[in-house]
Amino acid sequence: MAKLLSKRNGLIFVLVVALIMPFIVPNDYILHVLALVCIWSISVYGINIFTGYTGNLSLAHIGFFAIGAYTLGLLTVKAGWNFWLAFLAAGVLSIILGFLVGLISLRTNGHFFAIYTMCVGYIIYLIIDKWDSLTGGVRGLIGIPGPASIGPITFESLTSQYYLLLFFLILTIFITKRIVHSLLGRTFIAIRNSEELAQTIGISTKKNQLLAFVISCFFAAIAGALYASFVRFIGPEIGGIFLGFEMLIYLVIGGLGTLSGPIIGTLLIVFLTQSLQFMQEYKMLLFGPILLIIVIFYPNGIVGAIEGIKRKTRQKRKKSGPNKGYSGIEEVS
Amino acid sequence: MALKVENLSKTFGGLQAVNQVDLEVKKGDIHAVIGPNGAGKSTFFNLISGFHPPTSGKITFNDHDITKMPPNKIAKLGIARTFQTTNLFEDATVLDNVIIGNRLRTKSGLWDAIFRTKREKREEKESLEKAYEALDFVELTELANEPIANISQEQKKRVAFALALATDPELVLLDEPAAGVNPDETEGISALIQKMADSGLTVCLIEHKMSMIMSLADRIMVLNQGKRIAEGTPDEIKNNPVVIEAYLGSDEDESAEVTNL
Ligand SMILES: Nc1ncnc2c1ncn2[C@@H]1O[C@H](COP(=O)(O)OP(=O)(O)OP(=O)(O)O)[C@@H](O)[C@H]1O
Ligand SMILES: [Mg+2]
Repeated sequence: MAKLLSKRNGLIFVLVVALIMPFIVPNDYILHVLALVCIWSISVYGINIFTGYTGNLSLAHIGFFAIGAYTLGLLTVKAGWNFWLAFLAAGVLSIILGFLVGLISLRTNGHFFAIYTMCVGYIIYLIIDKWDSLTGGVRGLIGIPGPASIGPITFESLTSQYYLLLFFLILTIFITKRIVHSLLGRTFIAIRNSEELAQTIGISTKKNQLLAFVISCFFAAIAGALYASFVRFIGPEIGGIFLGFEMLIYLVIGGLGTLSGPIIGTLLIVFLTQSLQFMQEYKMLLFGPILLIIVIFYPNGIVGAIEGIKRKTRQKRKKSGPNKGYSGIEEVS
Repeated sequence: MALKVENLSKTFGGLQAVNQVDLEVKKGDIHAVIGPNGAGKSTFFNLISGFHPPTSGKITFNDHDITKMPPNKIAKLGIARTFQTTNLFEDATVLDNVIIGNRLRTKSGLWDAIFRTKREKREEKESLEKAYEALDFVELTELANEPIANISQEQKKRVAFALALATDPELVLLDEPAAGVNPDETEGISALIQKMADSGLTVCLIEHKMSMIMSLADRIMVLNQGKRIAEGTPDEIKNNPVVIEAYLGSDEDESAEVTNL
């Protein structure tokens, strides 16, 4: 019980810190970066639901980020739609396209799936880059409006936009938590563990992978739409494989298949990158080895490593005195 | 008949892994499948459980034609299996590994997960109860919260049984359940298989440990190079010259050797 309380307190503490951030940061620039962290994190949570929990690597994710961004951008700029309607449309479109792409690409397995989705991602990038008359091509799309006000709440100031993005991030984490700790989440994890075994116990692996894939595309598109409305300018590079790999790195370093990994990884790497700005391209010389070490020694990232240590100490304690807890399903929540 | 296999064949490339095999398994029986390495025993199970589509032949389970069904549908009809090598989730606890066994009897989806609906809560509770029931059956309740990585090989076999039982099956296919466990523990596994049959389950069992087979099985089928070369009670099989030949060559001391395989 005491442990539960302390965990809850920890969460409240983090939440309070996030909420008072606008008042304690020394300058707007840091708040701007924090807002971006919220956006990237939402997208990384999306990768996590699919790659982290069901265990397939999709490289089309960044394509859906771009689809979300361009749907919002084009509908508001060129079609003059209401912001929130366009935002909704970005989400709906990602579900439809995610379903279709998933339906076809999940016919392949393992490496082939990764390669196939990389091609899909690249095609999305090419369409954005080459379809000049619609997307503006390499010149990009400018003049995207910020989030429209909801009743009395406006999103003109940086602070209010930060809160809006934080709200979406918290919603994303909440939904992820609910999914992970449900029977559906257990199903995803069972598939990651062994597709063969999952099928034997009556799980339709393709159906569940498809669902996870669509959820992941949805988060990507929402993040993309938020990105477009925050930065107000988008170009084809937001659908590029480099940004895609960067997000994957956030997840791997934070912890694949963990609840707090995406936010921890993103926060850490984004700020590390910012503080190493002076190193320019050479910062990759530092990141490369760090990434290698983590992948080799801590395949579940920072969060996985911490959980491993906690598990070991708990077991040591258990050996010194029997633990009579009937934890059951609560154990994983 | 719980399970009826007619004229079942499977070819891999040019290899006849299973060759026109017939088999009828009576409800509540323990039916063993034996044969030398590479005889096609595991392939035979893979065909019944839907992992490989048969090249030809027909499989009927409780009057359902399951010949072309995918594995998850076959599991729902009540056929569970364990694998020759256990593939449990090492990082998770024994209980977490077994809870998911009840998933095929639940309906909660994304909506239920996000809003934690009544159905989700009820089905989680049912799954937990089912898992404890299964763990009770295999006598592992004590280890429910132990990570798989910490338990013995024999205990892992029991967890695999519990997972199979949690799917609420009528027929269980056990592929070498006693492989890699010591002789004392083998007796425990035998007792457990007997207990499964006594509780009304039909059991199909692949095993190399002959004494175990001879004491457990109601009937035995012998496969050799994909072909069924004999089928009958343990006594009939023990004294069947074709079987002895396939296993040992004809110049050996017959029955004594067969019992030691
Ligand atoms: N997926 C597959 N693709 C190609 N060949 C296969 C496949 N599965 C099995 N075989 C071949 O089919 C034959 C029968 O294999 P099977 O695994 O069924 O034998 P077994 O009787 O279970 O043997 P063991 O006692 O060693 O487990 C072997 O020659 C094997 O190499
Ligand atoms: Mg085998």
